[in-house]
Amino acid sequence: MDNIQKELLRQVADIHEVPEGAYSLRINGKLHGKNSTENIQIVTKEDKPGIDIYIKAGTKNESVHIPVLLSQTGIKELVYNDFHVGEDCDIVIVAGCGIHNGGSGDSEHSGIHSFYLAKNAKLKYIEKHYGAGDGNGKNVMNPTTYVELAENAYMEMETAQIKGVDSTDRTTRAVLAENAVLKVSEKIMTHGEQYAKTTFEVDLNGENCGTHVISRSVACDNSKQLFVSLINGNNVCSGHTECDAIIMDNARVEAVPKISANHAEASLIHEAAIGKIAGEQLVKLMSLGLTEKEAEEEIVGGFLK
Amino acid sequence: MLELRNISYTPDGVHMILKNVNLKISDRFVAVTGPNGSGKSTLAKIIAGIIAPTSGQILLDGVDITDMSVTERAKNGISFAFQQPVRFKGITVKRLITLAAGREISFAEICSYLSEVGLCAKDYVDREVDASLSGGELKRIEIAMINARGTKLSVFDEPEAGIDLWSFNNLIKVFRNMYERTKGTIIIISHQERILDIADKIIVIDGGEVANYADKDDIFQHLINVRSTCRKASGEVTVNG
Repeated sequence: MDNIQKELLRQVADIHEVPEGAYSLRINGKLHGKNSTENIQIVTKEDKPGIDIYIKAGTKNESVHIPVLLSQTGIKELVYNDFHVGEDCDIVIVAGCGIHNGGSGDSEHSGIHSFYLAKNAKLKYIEKHYGAGDGNGKNVMNPTTYVELAENAYMEMETAQIKGVDSTDRTTRAVLAENAVLKVSEKIMTHGEQYAKTTFEVDLNGENCGTHVISRSVACDNSKQLFVSLINGNNVCSGHTECDAIIMDNARVEAVPKISANHAEASLIHEAAIGKIAGEQLVKLMSLGLTEKEAEEEIVGGFLK
Repeated sequence: MLELRNISYTPDGVHMILKNVNLKISDRFVAVTGPNGSGKSTLAKIIAGIIAPTSGQILLDGVDITDMSVTERAKNGISFAFQQPVRFKGITVKRLITLAAGREISFAEICSYLSEVGLCAKDYVDREVDASLSGGELKRIEIAMINARGTKLSVFDEPEAGIDLWSFNNLIKVFRNMYERTKGTIIIISHQERILDIADKIIVIDGGEVANYADKDDIFQHLINVRSTCRKASGEVTVNG
């Protein structure tokens, strides 16, 4: 790996070198390296680009890293990664895509990640997207996440896209069985002429299952954001979706919430708030000695922390 | 010393909120009181730089600060505790107190500021200063921030508002301690007799003007006389009573 690739790796996975344990590292459209462990098997797909990750039932306190780095301009790829998480697992998966585009061609990574969690499995999934480079080419990322949670399965999904992604269209679809829980926390910041669209669609099918989807975003300059969420309550269940956006400059933010109760005991809530930074927040921090710009950075930084 | 020279404030060009206010404040602990809507909070905000006066001058230790921004005034030694503390999504108590101190501070130091206002540090340092905190908790954190700043002038806008009786007793203690520990000037806007009672001097604002500025005992005597006159006028007491 060169220094640019190392920096991308640091940004998306908080690591400096090839990770320890189970991993798959993809650089510039090719598999750079992978490693399986006793409990976690990573198998390259033969019919299409991507990998299958099989996690043995009962695996606990282990992690899988699957970063993707693009440092050549003009690369476009579509990758399929399927995660099969066995019963009673308790693991962490860290994914992420970093693009450094120093040229004039558009760089594009579309990852289709499918998660199949067996009964009682527990997963924390962390996904970071980061773009850099001073070329004219755009950094484009279009991740699709599909989640199937079996009985009592629990999944926490944290996604963040803070810098340098010109265009993104993120889609997350989930189907939950009895007592399953899905928590999603999304952080997005857009600058310049960037565009970000995120769509969540959750089917609460099992009795007493629940979901909590929180999206916090900041839109600056001339950027545009669109947040779409749809929660279908098809059983005794609880669903909560929240879109909270700070809008600045000439940005535009649109939130399209939809909650659909198809069962008398489905309890669904949607909250959406879009607004500029409250003047009193700026004044309070300025009264502590911060300049207006520092106060703004502090508020945005805290909001997206 | 804080000096206000001919401060007036007419936000809409018609209604005067403050009329030609002249004050020289050099005492350690000054309470500002007066009826609702008399202009007390406006005066506090003008001192902190949040509101610009329509006319007049403000001097801090002889330096004209009239045109200084909120930030510049903060850097020049003015602290301001809001009547209604602000909430921040994602910013923790620890972060706000660190920002107030203006430097990295130890957990022990944060702990001391929070303990001072009756909050257990380990329960609060990592809490976000958001809607999960009650109004009373926010007020205490607001005061802890002013303590962490330790500036030469601290202005509190109705610190007792929204505080329950139990906390109020502690609040008096907090201000007593602050008075003993700090060398700066404390200005408190308050309606509470027990807060006025610990002040050196009291300023009475009425109808946007300084109605009185004197030693606490003189003001109290004056207020008692006014009350007695009112009760006589309303027939509550006889002339002999």
